[in-house]
Amino acid sequence: MHRGKGMKFVGDSRISADRKPNIPKDYSEYPGKTEAFWPNFLLKEWMVGAVFLVGYLCLTIAHPSPLERIADPTDTAYIPLPDWYFLFLYQLLKYTYASGPYNAIGALVIPGLAFGALLLAPFLDRGPERSPAKRPFAVGFMLLAIAGVFYLTWESAAHHDWEASKKQGAIVEGADIDKESDGYKLMDSSGCISCHGAELTGGAGAPSLIDTGLSPEEISKIAVKGQGAMPAGMFKGSDKELATLAEFVSGLSAK
Amino acid sequence: MLTKLYDWVDERLDITPLWRDIADHEVPEHVNPAHHFSAFVYCFGGLTFFITVIQILSGMFLTMYYVPDIKNAWESVYYLQNEVAFGQIVRGMHHWGASLVIVMMFLHTLRVFFQGAYKKPRELNWMVGVLIFFIMLALGLTGYLLPWDMKALFATKVTLTIVESVPLMGPALKTLIAGDPTIVGAQTLTRFFAIHVFFLPAALFALMAAHFLMIRKQGISGPL
Repeated sequence: MHRGKGMKFVGDSRISADRKPNIPKDYSEYPGKTEAFWPNFLLKEWMVGAVFLVGYLCLTIAHPSPLERIADPTDTAYIPLPDWYFLFLYQLLKYTYASGPYNAIGALVIPGLAFGALLLAPFLDRGPERSPAKRPFAVGFMLLAIAGVFYLTWESAAHHDWEASKKQGAIVEGADIDKESDGYKLMDSSGCISCHGAELTGGAGAPSLIDTGLSPEEISKIAVKGQGAMPAGMFKGSDKELATLAEFVSGLSAK
Repeated sequence: MLTKLYDWVDERLDITPLWRDIADHEVPEHVNPAHHFSAFVYCFGGLTFFITVIQILSGMFLTMYYVPDIKNAWESVYYLQNEVAFGQIVRGMHHWGASLVIVMMFLHTLRVFFQGAYKKPRELNWMVGVLIFFIMLALGLTGYLLPWDMKALFATKVTLTIVESVPLMGPALKTLIAGDPTIVGAQTLTRFFAIHVFFLPAALFALMAAHFLMIRKQGISGPL
Protein backbone atom coordinates (compact mmCIF):
# COMPACT_ATOMS: atom_id res chain seq x y z
CA MET A 1 0.00 0.00 0.00
CA HIS A 2 1.23 3.43 -0.92
CA ARG A 3 1.85 5.76 2.01
CA GLY A 4 3.11 9.30 2.46
CA LYS A 5 4.20 11.56 -0.39
CA GLY A 6 2.71 11.02 -3.79
CA MET A 7 -0.56 9.45 -2.58
CA LYS A 8 -3.36 9.83 -5.08
CA PHE A 9 -6.95 10.51 -4.03
CA VAL A 10 -10.35 10.35 -5.70
CA GLY A 11 -11.11 14.00 -6.52
CA ASP A 12 -10.60 16.22 -3.52
CA SER A 13 -11.75 13.45 -1.10
CA ARG A 14 -9.66 11.42 1.34
CA ILE A 15 -10.43 8.17 -0.52
CA SER A 16 -7.29 6.58 -1.92
CA ALA A 17 -7.20 6.26 -5.70
CA ASP A 18 -5.45 2.90 -5.33
CA ARG A 19 -8.17 0.25 -5.51
CA LYS A 20 -7.91 -2.57 -3.00
CA PRO A 21 -8.66 -6.01 -4.45
CA ASN A 22 -11.99 -7.45 -3.35
CA ILE A 23 -10.94 -11.06 -2.80
CA PRO A 24 -11.61 -13.32 0.19
CA LYS A 25 -8.81 -14.04 2.61
CA ASP A 26 -7.01 -17.35 2.25
CA TYR A 27 -7.67 -19.69 5.17
CA SER A 28 -5.88 -22.75 3.72
CA GLU A 29 -2.87 -22.32 6.00
CA TYR A 30 -5.00 -22.04 9.18
CA PRO A 31 -5.02 -25.01 11.58
CA GLY A 32 -7.67 -27.73 11.18
CA LYS A 33 -10.60 -27.37 8.82
CA THR A 34 -10.95 -23.61 9.20
CA GLU A 35 -13.61 -22.15 6.99
CA ALA A 36 -14.46 -18.64 5.84
CA PHE A 37 -17.44 -17.12 7.64
CA TRP A 38 -18.44 -15.18 4.53
CA PRO A 39 -20.19 -16.64 2.64
CA ASN A 40 -19.64 -20.36 3.32
CA PHE A 41 -20.42 -20.62 7.00
CA LEU A 42 -23.12 -17.94 6.96
CA LEU A 43 -25.16 -20.03 4.49
CA LYS A 44 -25.05 -23.00 6.88
CA GLU A 45 -26.01 -20.75 9.76
CA TRP A 46 -28.99 -19.54 7.76
CA MET A 47 -30.11 -23.13 7.31
CA VAL A 48 -30.03 -23.65 11.08
CA GLY A 49 -31.92 -20.37 11.41
CA ALA A 50 -34.55 -21.49 8.86
CA VAL A 51 -35.17 -24.79 10.69
CA PHE A 52 -35.43 -22.88 13.95
CA LEU A 53 -37.83 -20.37 12.38
CA VAL A 54 -40.14 -23.19 11.21
CA GLY A 55 -40.37 -24.54 14.77
CA TYR A 56 -40.89 -21.02 16.11
CA LEU A 57 -43.74 -20.34 13.66
CA CYS A 58 -45.37 -23.70 14.47
CA LEU A 59 -45.35 -22.72 18.15
CA THR A 60 -46.84 -19.33 17.28
CA ILE A 61 -49.64 -20.89 15.23
CA ALA A 62 -50.37 -23.71 17.68
CA HIS A 63 -50.52 -21.43 20.71
CA PRO A 64 -51.92 -17.95 20.02
CA SER A 65 -50.55 -15.48 22.54
CA PRO A 66 -52.87 -14.99 25.51
CA LEU A 67 -54.86 -11.86 26.23
CA GLU A 68 -56.87 -11.52 29.41
CA ARG A 69 -59.71 -9.07 29.96
CA ILE A 70 -58.94 -5.38 30.20
CA ALA A 71 -57.21 -4.29 33.41
CA ASP A 72 -59.70 -3.57 36.18
CA PRO A 73 -57.92 -2.04 39.21
CA THR A 74 -61.06 -2.50 41.35
CA ASP A 75 -60.86 -6.31 41.17
CA THR A 76 -58.77 -6.85 44.29
CA ALA A 77 -59.35 -10.61 44.34
CA TYR A 78 -57.16 -11.15 41.27
CA ILE A 79 -54.06 -13.26 41.99
CA PRO A 80 -51.20 -12.11 39.75
CA LEU A 81 -48.42 -14.22 38.31
CA PRO A 82 -45.32 -12.94 36.49
CA ASP A 83 -44.00 -14.42 33.25
CA TRP A 84 -42.44 -17.89 33.72
CA TYR A 85 -38.83 -16.66 33.72
CA PHE A 86 -39.47 -14.56 36.81
CA LEU A 87 -41.24 -17.32 38.73
CA PHE A 88 -38.11 -18.35 40.65
CA LEU A 89 -37.68 -14.81 42.01
CA TYR A 90 -41.39 -14.66 42.80
CA GLN A 91 -41.30 -18.00 44.61
CA LEU A 92 -38.31 -16.90 46.69
CA LEU A 93 -40.46 -14.13 48.21
CA LYS A 94 -42.89 -16.70 49.60
CA TYR A 95 -40.45 -18.17 52.13
CA THR A 96 -40.46 -17.02 55.74
CA TYR A 97 -36.93 -15.66 55.85
CA ALA A 98 -37.27 -13.97 52.48
CA SER A 99 -40.54 -12.10 53.01
CA GLY A 100 -42.37 -9.88 55.46
CA PRO A 101 -39.78 -8.25 57.74
CA TYR A 102 -37.04 -10.09 55.81
CA ASN A 103 -38.35 -8.91 52.44
CA ALA A 104 -35.04 -7.19 51.64
CA ILE A 105 -33.27 -10.56 51.84
CA GLY A 106 -35.58 -12.23 49.32
CA ALA A 107 -36.03 -9.24 47.03
CA LEU A 108 -32.51 -7.81 47.03
CA VAL A 109 -29.80 -9.67 48.93
CA ILE A 110 -30.17 -13.17 47.46
CA PRO A 111 -30.85 -12.11 43.83
CA GLY A 112 -28.21 -9.38 44.19
CA LEU A 113 -25.56 -11.85 45.33
CA ALA A 114 -26.48 -14.38 42.64
CA PHE A 115 -26.55 -11.93 39.74
CA GLY A 116 -23.59 -10.00 41.12
CA ALA A 117 -21.55 -13.21 41.23
CA LEU A 118 -22.63 -13.98 37.66
CA LEU A 119 -21.52 -10.53 36.50
CA LEU A 120 -18.18 -10.78 38.29
CA ALA A 121 -17.54 -14.46 37.49
CA PRO A 122 -14.24 -13.76 35.66
CA PHE A 123 -12.86 -12.09 38.79
CA LEU A 124 -14.10 -14.75 41.19
CA ASP A 125 -12.89 -17.70 39.13
CA ARG A 126 -9.40 -16.42 38.28
CA GLY A 127 -7.40 -19.59 37.68
CA PRO A 128 -6.00 -20.29 34.23
CA GLU A 129 -7.90 -23.60 33.86
CA ARG A 130 -10.83 -23.60 31.46
CA SER A 131 -11.95 -27.23 31.60
CA PRO A 132 -15.02 -27.68 33.86
CA ALA A 133 -13.40 -30.73 35.50
CA LYS A 134 -10.59 -28.54 36.78
CA ARG A 135 -12.83 -25.78 38.17
CA PRO A 136 -14.84 -27.64 40.84
CA PHE A 137 -15.94 -24.54 42.76
CA ALA A 138 -17.10 -22.43 39.82
CA VAL A 139 -18.91 -25.37 38.24
CA GLY A 140 -20.29 -26.53 41.58
CA PHE A 141 -21.76 -23.14 42.46
CA MET A 142 -23.24 -22.77 38.99
CA LEU A 143 -24.86 -26.23 39.14
CA LEU A 144 -26.23 -25.37 42.58
CA ALA A 145 -27.64 -22.08 41.26
CA ILE A 146 -29.24 -23.81 38.25
CA ALA A 147 -30.75 -26.47 40.53
CA GLY A 148 -32.09 -23.71 42.77
CA VAL A 149 -33.64 -21.77 39.88
CA PHE A 150 -35.24 -24.92 38.44
CA TYR A 151 -36.53 -26.03 41.83
CA LEU A 152 -38.04 -22.62 42.64
CA THR A 153 -39.64 -22.35 39.19
CA TRP A 154 -41.10 -25.86 39.51
CA GLU A 155 -42.30 -25.21 43.05
CA SER A 156 -44.04 -22.01 41.94
CA ALA A 157 -45.67 -23.58 38.88
CA ALA A 158 -46.76 -26.75 40.71
CA HIS A 159 -48.56 -24.85 43.45
CA HIS A 160 -50.34 -22.44 41.17
CA ASP A 161 -53.97 -23.10 40.35
CA TRP A 162 -53.75 -22.72 36.57
CA GLU A 163 -57.47 -23.44 36.04
CA ALA A 164 -58.50 -20.68 38.44
CA SER A 165 -56.01 -18.23 36.97
CA LYS A 166 -57.33 -18.96 33.49
CA LYS A 167 -60.87 -18.31 34.71
CA GLN A 168 -60.10 -15.15 36.66
CA GLY A 169 -58.54 -13.50 33.61
CA ALA A 170 -60.95 -14.70 30.92
CA ILE A 171 -62.50 -12.11 28.67
CA VAL A 172 -66.18 -11.73 29.61
CA GLU A 173 -68.72 -10.27 27.23
CA GLY A 174 -69.66 -6.90 28.65
CA ALA A 175 -73.03 -5.16 28.56
CA ASP A 176 -74.05 -1.58 27.97
CA ILE A 177 -74.66 -0.56 31.54
CA ASP A 178 -76.44 2.67 32.38
CA LYS A 179 -74.46 3.73 35.40
CA GLU A 180 -76.92 6.55 36.11
CA SER A 181 -79.87 4.19 36.46
CA ASP A 182 -81.43 3.55 39.86
CA GLY A 183 -80.62 -0.15 39.59
CA TYR A 184 -76.89 0.46 39.12
CA LYS A 185 -76.77 3.05 41.89
CA LEU A 186 -78.39 0.54 44.23
CA MET A 187 -75.79 -2.08 43.28
CA ASP A 188 -73.05 0.42 43.96
CA SER A 189 -74.40 1.41 47.39
CA SER A 190 -75.11 -2.21 48.38
CA GLY A 191 -71.52 -3.22 47.62
CA CYS A 192 -72.41 -5.68 44.83
CA ILE A 193 -69.70 -4.27 42.57
CA SER A 194 -66.88 -4.96 45.03
CA CYS A 195 -67.15 -8.64 44.07
CA HIS A 196 -69.00 -8.60 40.74
CA GLY A 197 -66.92 -5.72 39.36
CA ALA A 198 -67.79 -2.23 38.20
CA GLU A 199 -68.81 -3.64 34.82
CA LEU A 200 -70.69 -6.46 36.58
CA THR A 201 -68.66 -8.96 34.57
CA GLY A 202 -67.60 -10.86 37.68
CA GLY A 203 -64.21 -11.46 39.21
CA ALA A 204 -62.11 -14.13 40.85
CA GLY A 205 -64.67 -14.68 43.61
CA ALA A 206 -67.96 -13.90 41.90
CA PRO A 207 -69.66 -14.77 38.61
CA SER A 208 -70.67 -12.36 35.86
CA LEU A 209 -74.13 -10.85 36.26
CA ILE A 210 -74.59 -10.44 32.52
CA ASP A 211 -76.85 -12.87 30.68
CA THR A 212 -77.68 -14.79 33.85
CA GLY A 213 -80.97 -15.97 32.39
CA LEU A 214 -82.57 -15.60 35.82
CA SER A 215 -85.92 -14.00 36.55
CA PRO A 216 -86.18 -10.95 38.86
CA GLU A 217 -87.68 -13.21 41.56
CA GLU A 218 -84.73 -15.61 41.47
CA ILE A 219 -82.27 -12.72 41.61
CA SER A 220 -83.94 -11.05 44.60
CA LYS A 221 -83.83 -14.44 46.35
CA ILE A 222 -80.05 -14.72 45.76
CA ALA A 223 -79.49 -11.10 46.77
CA VAL A 224 -81.10 -11.72 50.14
CA LYS A 225 -80.27 -15.36 50.89
CA GLY A 226 -76.95 -15.66 49.09
CA GLN A 227 -75.73 -18.51 46.91
CA GLY A 228 -72.50 -20.52 46.85
CA ALA A 229 -69.68 -18.27 48.08
CA MET A 230 -72.08 -15.34 48.48
CA PRO A 231 -73.30 -15.03 52.07
CA ALA A 232 -76.89 -14.27 53.02
CA GLY A 233 -78.01 -10.79 53.92
CA MET A 234 -75.83 -8.90 51.42
CA PHE A 235 -78.75 -6.70 50.37
CA LYS A 236 -80.06 -4.52 53.14
CA GLY A 237 -82.44 -2.11 51.34
CA SER A 238 -86.21 -1.99 51.22
CA ASP A 239 -88.42 -4.40 49.26
CA LYS A 240 -89.05 -1.74 46.62
CA GLU A 241 -85.31 -1.24 46.13
CA LEU A 242 -84.82 -5.00 45.95
CA ALA A 243 -87.38 -5.22 43.16
CA THR A 244 -85.63 -2.39 41.22
CA LEU A 245 -82.26 -4.08 41.62
CA ALA A 246 -83.55 -7.51 40.61
CA GLU A 247 -85.27 -6.04 37.57
CA PHE A 248 -82.02 -4.30 36.59
CA VAL A 249 -79.80 -7.41 36.93
CA SER A 250 -82.29 -9.61 35.16
CA GLY A 251 -82.31 -7.23 32.21
CA LEU A 252 -78.52 -7.20 31.70
CA SER A 253 -77.56 -8.73 28.37
CA ALA A 254 -74.34 -8.78 26.38
CA LYS A 255 -73.68 -6.29 23.59
CA MET B 1 -24.59 -4.61 -13.56
CA LEU B 2 -24.44 -5.15 -9.78
CA THR B 3 -20.64 -5.38 -9.95
CA LYS B 4 -20.51 -2.08 -11.82
CA LEU B 5 -22.77 -0.45 -9.26
CA TYR B 6 -20.61 -1.84 -6.44
CA ASP B 7 -17.43 -0.60 -8.13
CA TRP B 8 -18.97 2.83 -8.65
CA VAL B 9 -19.74 3.15 -4.92
CA ASP B 10 -16.44 1.52 -3.90
CA GLU B 11 -14.40 3.97 -6.02
CA ARG B 12 -15.98 6.87 -4.16
CA LEU B 13 -16.27 5.45 -0.63
CA ASP B 14 -13.78 2.58 -0.40
CA ILE B 15 -16.38 0.28 1.18
CA THR B 16 -14.56 -3.04 0.61
CA PRO B 17 -12.43 -2.94 3.79
CA LEU B 18 -15.48 -1.79 5.77
CA TRP B 19 -17.53 -4.94 5.27
CA ARG B 20 -14.61 -7.34 4.74
CA ASP B 21 -13.30 -6.49 8.21
CA ILE B 22 -16.68 -7.45 9.66
CA ALA B 23 -17.82 -10.32 7.47
CA ASP B 24 -14.64 -11.99 6.24
CA HIS B 25 -13.25 -13.87 9.19
CA GLU B 26 -12.32 -17.43 10.09
CA VAL B 27 -14.58 -20.10 11.54
CA PRO B 28 -12.29 -22.54 13.35
CA GLU B 29 -12.97 -26.26 13.06
CA HIS B 30 -13.94 -26.75 16.73
CA VAL B 31 -16.95 -24.42 16.51
CA ASN B 32 -18.25 -25.77 13.20
CA PRO B 33 -21.14 -28.25 13.62
CA ALA B 34 -20.44 -29.48 10.07
CA HIS B 35 -17.23 -31.07 11.41
CA HIS B 36 -18.13 -31.83 15.02
CA PHE B 37 -21.80 -32.24 15.83
CA SER B 38 -21.25 -31.31 19.49
CA ALA B 39 -20.31 -27.83 18.26
CA PHE B 40 -24.06 -27.08 18.03
CA VAL B 41 -23.62 -25.51 21.49
CA TYR B 42 -21.95 -22.63 19.67
CA CYS B 43 -25.26 -21.90 17.89
CA PHE B 44 -27.03 -20.51 20.97
CA GLY B 45 -25.46 -17.06 20.77
CA GLY B 46 -26.31 -16.73 17.10
CA LEU B 47 -29.87 -17.92 17.72
CA THR B 48 -30.23 -15.35 20.50
CA PHE B 49 -29.24 -12.67 17.99
CA PHE B 50 -31.64 -14.16 15.40
CA ILE B 51 -34.58 -13.98 17.84
CA THR B 52 -33.55 -10.46 18.86
CA VAL B 53 -33.78 -9.39 15.22
CA ILE B 54 -37.24 -10.99 15.00
CA GLN B 55 -38.25 -9.19 18.20
CA ILE B 56 -37.16 -5.85 16.74
CA LEU B 57 -39.00 -6.44 13.46
CA SER B 58 -42.21 -7.80 15.02
CA GLY B 59 -42.10 -5.01 17.62
CA MET B 60 -41.89 -2.41 14.86
CA PHE B 61 -45.01 -3.88 13.27
CA LEU B 62 -46.83 -4.05 16.61
CA THR B 63 -46.35 -0.32 17.18
CA MET B 64 -48.28 0.31 13.95
CA TYR B 65 -51.44 -0.67 15.83
CA TYR B 66 -50.61 -0.41 19.51
CA VAL B 67 -51.76 2.67 21.45
CA PRO B 68 -50.03 3.27 24.82
CA ASP B 69 -53.08 4.61 26.61
CA ILE B 70 -55.18 2.98 29.34
CA LYS B 71 -58.42 3.37 27.39
CA ASN B 72 -57.13 2.05 24.08
CA ALA B 73 -54.12 -0.17 24.82
CA TRP B 74 -56.18 -3.29 25.49
CA GLU B 75 -58.62 -2.47 22.69
CA SER B 76 -55.77 -2.03 20.21
CA VAL B 77 -54.18 -5.35 21.23
CA TYR B 78 -57.58 -7.08 21.01
CA TYR B 79 -58.11 -5.59 17.55
CA LEU B 80 -54.60 -6.59 16.47
CA GLN B 81 -55.14 -10.11 17.78
CA ASN B 82 -58.60 -10.69 16.28
CA GLU B 83 -59.12 -8.37 13.33
CA VAL B 84 -55.83 -7.47 11.68
CA ALA B 85 -54.53 -9.82 8.96
CA PHE B 86 -51.59 -11.82 10.41
CA GLY B 87 -51.85 -9.70 13.57
CA GLN B 88 -52.08 -12.88 15.63
CA ILE B 89 -48.88 -14.20 14.02
CA VAL B 90 -46.92 -10.98 14.53
CA ARG B 91 -48.01 -10.65 18.16
CA GLY B 92 -47.47 -14.38 18.66
CA MET B 93 -43.90 -14.14 17.38
CA HIS B 94 -43.20 -11.22 19.71
CA HIS B 95 -44.83 -13.03 22.63
CA TRP B 96 -43.07 -16.38 22.14
CA GLY B 97 -39.84 -14.71 21.03
CA ALA B 98 -39.64 -13.03 24.43
CA SER B 99 -39.59 -16.48 26.04
CA LEU B 100 -37.33 -18.10 23.45
CA VAL B 101 -34.74 -15.34 23.69
CA ILE B 102 -34.47 -15.98 27.45
CA VAL B 103 -34.05 -19.72 26.84
CA MET B 104 -31.40 -19.23 24.15
CA MET B 105 -29.54 -16.62 26.17
CA PHE B 106 -29.58 -18.93 29.21
CA LEU B 107 -28.08 -21.77 27.13
CA HIS B 108 -25.50 -19.41 25.59
CA THR B 109 -24.50 -18.19 29.07
CA LEU B 110 -24.14 -21.77 30.32
CA ARG B 111 -22.02 -22.73 27.30
CA VAL B 112 -19.65 -19.82 27.90
CA PHE B 113 -19.59 -20.48 31.64
CA PHE B 114 -18.89 -24.21 31.57
CA GLN B 115 -16.22 -23.79 28.90
CA GLY B 116 -14.53 -21.13 31.01
CA ALA B 117 -14.56 -18.87 27.97
CA TYR B 118 -14.97 -15.77 30.16
CA LYS B 119 -11.40 -15.99 31.42
CA LYS B 120 -8.61 -13.59 30.52
CA PRO B 121 -8.65 -11.83 28.07
CA ARG B 122 -12.45 -12.09 27.69
CA GLU B 123 -13.63 -10.70 31.08
CA LEU B 124 -15.11 -7.53 29.58
CA ASN B 125 -17.09 -9.39 26.96
CA TRP B 126 -18.58 -11.65 29.65
CA MET B 127 -19.66 -8.63 31.70
CA VAL B 128 -21.23 -6.95 28.69
CA GLY B 129 -23.04 -10.23 28.00
CA VAL B 130 -24.43 -10.38 31.54
CA LEU B 131 -25.60 -6.76 31.16
CA ILE B 132 -27.38 -7.78 27.94
CA PHE B 133 -29.04 -10.54 29.98
CA PHE B 134 -30.31 -7.93 32.48
CA ILE B 135 -31.58 -5.69 29.67
CA MET B 136 -33.48 -8.64 28.19
CA LEU B 137 -35.10 -9.41 31.54
CA ALA B 138 -36.05 -5.73 31.87
CA LEU B 139 -37.53 -5.81 28.36
CA GLY B 140 -39.62 -8.83 29.36
CA LEU B 141 -40.77 -7.08 32.52
CA THR B 142 -41.78 -3.82 30.84
CA GLY B 143 -43.36 -5.56 27.85
CA TYR B 144 -45.59 -7.57 30.19
CA LEU B 145 -47.58 -4.45 31.15
CA LEU B 146 -48.23 -3.15 27.65
CA PRO B 147 -51.34 -5.22 26.70
CA TRP B 148 -52.98 -3.66 29.79
CA ASP B 149 -54.92 -6.79 30.67
CA MET B 150 -55.50 -8.15 34.17
CA LYS B 151 -52.24 -10.05 34.59
CA ALA B 152 -50.29 -7.12 33.12
CA LEU B 153 -51.63 -4.67 35.66
CA PHE B 154 -51.44 -6.89 38.73
CA ALA B 155 -48.03 -8.41 37.96
CA THR B 156 -46.69 -4.87 37.48
CA LYS B 157 -48.16 -3.84 40.82
CA VAL B 158 -46.20 -6.68 42.43
CA THR B 159 -43.02 -5.58 40.62
CA LEU B 160 -43.48 -2.00 41.76
CA THR B 161 -44.01 -3.14 45.36
CA ILE B 162 -40.69 -4.97 45.18
CA VAL B 163 -39.00 -1.89 43.69
CA GLU B 164 -40.49 0.20 46.49
CA SER B 165 -38.99 -2.12 49.12
CA VAL B 166 -35.46 -1.19 48.07
CA PRO B 167 -33.89 0.58 51.07
CA LEU B 168 -33.48 4.38 50.88
CA MET B 169 -34.17 5.05 47.20
CA GLY B 170 -37.10 2.61 46.81
CA PRO B 171 -39.98 5.13 46.76
CA ALA B 172 -38.07 7.51 44.45
CA LEU B 173 -37.21 4.64 42.11
CA LYS B 174 -40.84 3.52 42.05
CA THR B 175 -42.04 7.04 41.25
CA LEU B 176 -39.47 7.27 38.46
CA ILE B 177 -40.68 4.17 36.64
CA ALA B 178 -44.38 4.29 37.59
CA GLY B 179 -44.83 8.06 37.17
CA ASP B 180 -46.60 8.40 40.52
CA PRO B 181 -45.89 7.35 44.13
CA THR B 182 -49.18 5.45 44.47
CA ILE B 183 -51.14 5.24 41.21
CA VAL B 184 -50.42 2.56 38.63
CA GLY B 185 -52.17 4.05 35.64
CA ALA B 186 -51.84 6.15 32.52
CA GLN B 187 -48.39 7.50 33.46
CA THR B 188 -47.11 4.03 34.27
CA LEU B 189 -48.23 2.69 30.92
CA THR B 190 -46.60 5.49 28.89
CA ARG B 191 -43.38 5.21 30.93
CA PHE B 192 -43.19 1.44 30.51
CA PHE B 193 -43.89 1.92 26.80
CA ALA B 194 -41.09 4.48 26.45
CA ILE B 195 -38.68 2.29 28.44
CA HIS B 196 -39.63 -0.84 26.46
CA VAL B 197 -39.50 0.77 23.03
CA PHE B 198 -36.78 3.44 23.29
CA PHE B 199 -34.56 3.33 26.37
CA LEU B 200 -33.90 -0.39 26.70
CA PRO B 201 -33.47 -1.09 22.96
CA ALA B 202 -30.98 1.80 22.76
CA ALA B 203 -28.98 0.28 25.61
CA LEU B 204 -29.35 -3.15 24.03
CA PHE B 205 -27.97 -1.98 20.66
CA ALA B 206 -24.98 -0.30 22.28
CA LEU B 207 -24.17 -3.39 24.37
CA MET B 208 -24.67 -5.77 21.44
CA ALA B 209 -22.34 -3.65 19.29
CA ALA B 210 -19.72 -3.84 22.05
CA HIS B 211 -20.31 -7.61 22.42
CA PHE B 212 -19.77 -8.28 18.70
CA LEU B 213 -16.86 -5.86 18.34
CA MET B 214 -15.04 -7.59 21.16
CA ILE B 215 -15.59 -11.05 19.77
CA ARG B 216 -14.39 -9.95 16.32
CA LYS B 217 -11.33 -8.34 17.84
CA GLN B 218 -10.40 -11.29 20.08
CA GLY B 219 -11.75 -14.17 18.04
CA ILE B 220 -13.75 -17.05 19.49
CA SER B 221 -12.21 -18.95 22.41
CA GLY B 222 -10.10 -21.97 21.52
CA PRO B 223 -11.00 -25.65 22.01
CA LEU B 224 -10.87 -26.96 25.57
